Amino acid sequence: MKHIKTLETRDLNKSVKTGGCGECQTSCQSACKTSCGVANQPCENPNK
Amino acid sequence: MVHQYRLNGYNIVLDTCSGSVHVVDDAAYDIIALYKERSEDEIVSELLQKYRDCPDVTEEELRGCIADVRELEAAKKLFTPDTFEPLAFDFKNRSTVVKALCLHVAHTCNLNCSYCFASQGKYHGDRALMSYEVGKQALDFLIENSGTRVNLEVDFFGGEPLMNWDVVKKLVAYARTQEKTHNKKFRFTLTTNGMLLDDDVIEFANREMYNVVLSLDGRKEIHDRLRVDYAGNGSYDRIVPKFKKLVDSRGGKGYYIRGTFTHANPDFTKDVFHMADLGFDQLSMEPVVCAPSDPAALTKEDLPVVLEQYEILAKEMLKREKEGRGFTFYHYMIDLTGGPCIYKRISGCGSGTEYMAVTPWGDLYPCHQFVGEEAYKLGDIWHGVVNTAVRDEFKTCNAYARPECADCWAKLYCSGGCAANAYHASGSIRGVYEYGCELFRKRIECAIMIKAAQAEQA
Ligand code: SF4
Ligand code: SF4
Repeated sequence: MKHIKTLETRDLNKSVKTGGCGECQTSCQSACKTSCGVANQPCENPNK
Repeated sequence: MVHQYRLNGYNIVLDTCSGSVHVVDDAAYDIIALYKERSEDEIVSELLQKYRDCPDVTEEELRGCIADVRELEAAKKLFTPDTFEPLAFDFKNRSTVVKALCLHVAHTCNLNCSYCFASQGKYHGDRALMSYEVGKQALDFLIENSGTRVNLEVDFFGGEPLMNWDVVKKLVAYARTQEKTHNKKFRFTLTTNGMLLDDDVIEFANREMYNVVLSLDGRKEIHDRLRVDYAGNGSYDRIVPKFKKLVDSRGGKGYYIRGTFTHANPDFTKDVFHMADLGFDQLSMEPVVCAPSDPAALTKEDLPVVLEQYEILAKEMLKREKEGRGFTFYHYMIDLTGGPCIYKRISGCGSGTEYMAVTPWGDLYPCHQFVGEEAYKLGDIWHGVVNTAVRDEFKTCNAYARPECADCWAKLYCSGGCAANAYHASGSIRGVYEYGCELFRKRIECAIMIKAAQAEQA
């Protein structure tokens, strides 16, 4: 019996090395200006 | 740090520092809760007792599951230690570039919505329109200060930006002429109340604007309570047909129908469903942020109602998705696989550093919600940022800056929260807006539950 199902997620620890390029959109927690919050930011780094 | 919760029949376990999400059965849920406090034998005997009526839960099963938990821990997918704090402190010395500007092209409006932080007088200044020269200088400032960054974002904001539409059009045209020379790409957003939308605006916006944010509070009676013109007449009937026309001819490009809910409608899902029933499918609805003395402010009594509404919303979204009439909700959009790296997760919105707001006369502020707060003025678009003390305060304001966030499982989803909310709630950008935190955590729980449900259906 399988008790634990793990969803596929980006590994934050690995992103310490691959991340930080800064090309992603700025985010705002309120939707009154632009278009995204932190959690749904599409990462724009092709080498992530 | 591990956070466990049950929602809509799912048992969900979040491992904050790796970003992992586990969907587990009851026995595994209990094992994970006990794992750090008890020995294996203690866990097994306690759970055999608890599940004595479940023939599936045998000692062998339990020991196997504990082994799985141990394996996940070793693989750094569960109980992952927090090693990010030193990164957060490096942020002080991090050099940042400006990548987004919010241009307040019109500090005036043709509606008079009482809760608007930008409504007349609240910007602590006179009514004003941004001139083309100021706007052009702002774009030059952005290009010059954006380093090697290619994508630049510009929001046309107000007041009501359509009250200065010719300048908006000219600024877009100017920006396009600069893209090749400087190797930049502009992404424009327009936020509007819809009153002045006509065919010319719709055609231009759908061609040039990467995103369009359209303000609608939901049901007519809710919308027309607060979103009124200067004669006190509601605006619903005048704007909805225009929004439809714009969205229908948008060709699949991004937009948001966004509303604000207040003490008058803590049952705001009715308004979200109303938007969906009108045929819109990219929706946002946000809690009002205003002084607690304001009659629109959400109260302590509203809180449980609002929290429940978020669950209702999530369940209804799953149901409608199955029926082929799904919609997206801004605050439930979460990208588990392609989302932001840890640096972004720590640093958050970038207000005051990567993102700033420009007033009609060219002053720079940390973000649209600080415009008019004299103490937070950063400088202007001719001389750049001169108030480096404020900039540095914003630069170091992140997921690790607040003692309240130290033990919060949501910190890498929220990055320490919105500086403007914190400032308005506590008087300091390093404060915490606890009411907002409760709503935020609930929204993330719902967003991840939706992912769990979708994964199960796939
Ligand atoms: S939800 Fe609140 S306490 Fe938690 S990290 Fe965000 S601001 Fe801090
Ligand atoms: S401080 Fe708040 S309102 Fe301002 S950009 Fe950041 S998240 Fe948005």
